[in-house]
Amino acid sequence: MSSEYVVKMENISKEFSGNRVLKDVSLCVRPGEIHALMGENGAGKSTLMNILFGMPAIWNTGGYEGTIEIDGEPVKIDSPQKAMECGIGMVHQEFMLIPGFTATENIKLGREVTTPTVASAILGKPLEVLDRKTMARDARRAMDTIGLGIDENTMVGGLPVGYMQFIEIAREIDKTGMKLLIFDEPTAVLTESEAERLLRTMKVISEKGIAIIFITHRIDEVIEVSNSVTILRDGTFIDRLETKDTTASKIAEMMIGRKVEKLVDNADGERDLNKDDIILKLRDYHVDMPGETVRGLDLDVIRGEILGIGGLAGQGKIGIPNGIQGLYETSGSIEFDGQKVDPGKLGDALSRHMVFVSEDRKGVGLLLEESIEHNIIFTATQVENKFMKKFGVFTQYDAAAARKHAEDMIKELDIRCVGPEQLVGSLSGGNQQKVCLARALTLEPKLLVVSEPTRGIDIGAKKLVLELLVKLNREKGLTIIVVSSELNELRSLSDRIAIVADGKISAILRPEDSDADFGLAMSGVKVGGADDGEA
Amino acid sequence: MKNNEEKRISFSGYLKGAIFNNKVIILFTVLCIACIMASNTSLNYIASEVFSRFGRNACLVLALIIPCLAGLGMNFGIVVGAIAAQIAIFFVVHWGFTGIGGFLLCTLMSTPMAIFFGWLLGILFNKTKGSEMITGLVLGFFADGLYRLFTLYIIGGLIPYDDPNLLDRGFGLRNAFDLSDSIKYALDDISFVTVFRLLMVFIIVIQLINIAIGSKKAMAVDKKESMLKLVSAAAGLVISFILMAVPGVSGMIGGTRLILSDTLRVAMIVYLLSLVIRKFLLHRDITKDRLIKGAVLTVIVLVLSYIPFIRDILRSVSISACTYGVICLFCFFNNWILDTKLGQDMRTVGQNRIVAGSAGINVDKIRIIATCISTVLAAWGQLIYLQNLGTFNTVQQQSNVGLYAVAALLVGGASVQKANNRQAIIGVVLFHTLFVVAPLAATQIIGDSAISEYIRMFICYGVIAVSLAMHAWKKKDKKVVKKIVGDDENKDVIKTLA
Repeated sequence: MSSEYVVKMENISKEFSGNRVLKDVSLCVRPGEIHALMGENGAGKSTLMNILFGMPAIWNTGGYEGTIEIDGEPVKIDSPQKAMECGIGMVHQEFMLIPGFTATENIKLGREVTTPTVASAILGKPLEVLDRKTMARDARRAMDTIGLGIDENTMVGGLPVGYMQFIEIAREIDKTGMKLLIFDEPTAVLTESEAERLLRTMKVISEKGIAIIFITHRIDEVIEVSNSVTILRDGTFIDRLETKDTTASKIAEMMIGRKVEKLVDNADGERDLNKDDIILKLRDYHVDMPGETVRGLDLDVIRGEILGIGGLAGQGKIGIPNGIQGLYETSGSIEFDGQKVDPGKLGDALSRHMVFVSEDRKGVGLLLEESIEHNIIFTATQVENKFMKKFGVFTQYDAAAARKHAEDMIKELDIRCVGPEQLVGSLSGGNQQKVCLARALTLEPKLLVVSEPTRGIDIGAKKLVLELLVKLNREKGLTIIVVSSELNELRSLSDRIAIVADGKISAILRPEDSDADFGLAMSGVKVGGADDGEA
Repeated sequence: MKNNEEKRISFSGYLKGAIFNNKVIILFTVLCIACIMASNTSLNYIASEVFSRFGRNACLVLALIIPCLAGLGMNFGIVVGAIAAQIAIFFVVHWGFTGIGGFLLCTLMSTPMAIFFGWLLGILFNKTKGSEMITGLVLGFFADGLYRLFTLYIIGGLIPYDDPNLLDRGFGLRNAFDLSDSIKYALDDISFVTVFRLLMVFIIVIQLINIAIGSKKAMAVDKKESMLKLVSAAAGLVISFILMAVPGVSGMIGGTRLILSDTLRVAMIVYLLSLVIRKFLLHRDITKDRLIKGAVLTVIVLVLSYIPFIRDILRSVSISACTYGVICLFCFFNNWILDTKLGQDMRTVGQNRIVAGSAGINVDKIRIIATCISTVLAAWGQLIYLQNLGTFNTVQQQSNVGLYAVAALLVGGASVQKANNRQAIIGVVLFHTLFVVAPLAATQIIGDSAISEYIRMFICYGVIAVSLAMHAWKKKDKKVVKKIVGDDENKDVIKTLA
């Protein structure tokens, strides 16, 4: 090797439409080592890898600043094809596999071995017939390298997820001249034993001299397999460490490490909440929401509290409220105010005054082409026949009552708008969120579930929305569940914070608990909960 | 890793699965049998009617398979292929070409037109990804309008076309276009022995080129195999000449039509022999299961063909040697193209465009090629259809081509995502049986023959709706089943990994 590092990325910066997501980040990987790249959601890991892999998303948005060297040679990677020529392969988070094809066909996808025929001699290469025997032999060899024992003629479609991952890896290995493999959160979708096997395979691959960049949230995995670690936070480079010189809690601290600004001045100190007065009780609760699966979780919500639910993306925290609301299939028991809720019946949760403000504000939450007034009242008219006048068998919309209510809400929540007729689509993100909340309040909720309340909202408005939630809680005694990926936000307003990892509650912590505790909980390492009410 | 015991399911489970997977076919088979019983018509008549319709329509249905696998759904746009064929016919007939020469000229003329139309259609499909079917359907109507303008005004009006027999009032074609003096039965009238000899010559030429290229480009062409094919084809050619000299046999194979019972028996034996030869002489990858299945099928068909009741029906039906030969050729072409790099790319694109793109496949180009191939096959299919029919409605013969073909394919158990030759063939048989017998049955039951045309349209649209609904049911059900199976499998895997 002409250089110490197989890949050296220096001073990489990247902007997405004025929003700086990467600032002077460096990444160095030695040949044959396993290098872990760590950081929270939005820390810039994926962007950095997309730059290295020359993804079109990077080049369509103005490229990047900084230099990339492969084997000491400066290169410009402007397409995935170029990256492949440089010997970089990527195992994607979403599988790039075709379920209706066999393992062989998937491994040789786009690189089929062919033999010429009469027709191809006249009409060109596309009419060459596939040489299935050679393809199968190549696929077999690649699969043997990583110890994947399935028949190369098996259809990929019916295989468990773990196998699919290995087929992706086999495809990368089958390419010639592979120097560096990027694994983008490979263990996120795997079961524990599958993950273990994958880690072993990674070691086998790295022993062959192929370097690996390993993106993950799971700190224990990093400690187990990696040789070195790079940590990113908020798009900046924090540190590059040798794994043997560090510990799990040190890495966790570096990933989170931010000052928390308390929104709630805890003047009342420990608030006096009756811990036995449970408003919502979840037992062995499963939700089948794609990408946010909840796998058997127990949770109690105390009346009058603000409960934060945190955790990394894809771990299942978003699935919890969506399941309660009946938007996805669920199993297990949900008890609200001592009564069983049937989430299979859409609207059951709503009619019990358990109201959900969706994280998908523009898709599920609002009718963008409708007025503020209509948005505020439409759920109430649907669920409770509010704002309706009765004329015998016919009902008629009560415009006067609706207008009055909308105006009250606009005043109460301080929605900045021209008037109740303004279309919601033309409002800013923060005000849209307030309209969502106004609609929820119209239903007179006993429990308000707010999912990602500050997503896509600028910083000033974020604070306003959070303060509004606190105000509702303190003044009206409303029980609120806030689901958010922004840990600091949760720590600024919650009484308790439940951290979800792998579809289960990994810990229930207090806002004051240390960064390391939160970091470890998020990566699924069980820590002692601060709350005695939870196992 | 997984042993067979885990995979093997109980027989009842297998049967359940088989019934469920073939429920569309089963439903329409039951419907056909019910209609046949209600129609009170002789089976001989129905069989001969179905087989002649099969010869006419099969190629049009086979033209749908490639775009289906390339992810374009059911290509209703084959109407433009049919239009290309009809335009070619207008000119060839006008120029006075007849017989097989005229037919080949039609083929030659319609092909570039069909490629051009297919190219335009493909571009349109690429701009409307995800709604190709409705696009194809509506474009079919639009093309229909343009075509009518062409036949009613442009031809003779703008394009000189001086033919008083064909023109109405100086411009615009007559409503009925008669082919009886030109290319009617052009293809049907080729004798079996000619078809056979042509095939042998074709094989010889291909193998000669194979050997020539092989030695020139130093490629891995199996010379021994090529020589074997060459020699057997030459032998076949010689045998055909010898057999023609034998008085009794020459009548049998020298005619243009073959008796179905004999053909079926010979075909089954040839099929079994080819399996055996490919397995044991050429060492091809043929599983024992397939061999056994083939043998059992052959025996069953042979036994059935000697049962007097069935034998009488089979004897009464004769099929056109050349047309059926062309149908086989279409099937062969579909299979062959899917085994090439191009075909693999098409299947990849059909399954997932994003994955295909990331594997370096030019998705748009592949989709256009698939559309072109389909349109060309449809044009040829329409030519075969018309030469058999002998006369056609100048302005609206093409209108329902797409609809009928799609309906037939769906009845055969194909879905919008997946289709193959077998489904096309079963589909054509079932759909046209229904087409023949349902109006008869309705007449019997209601006692009024005026509604038969209505019944036909009803069947066609009904068939499409019902089979699409049944496929939707299948899909939904599969998801649930897969979820349960998936969990079980995961457990197995964990066990094996541990």
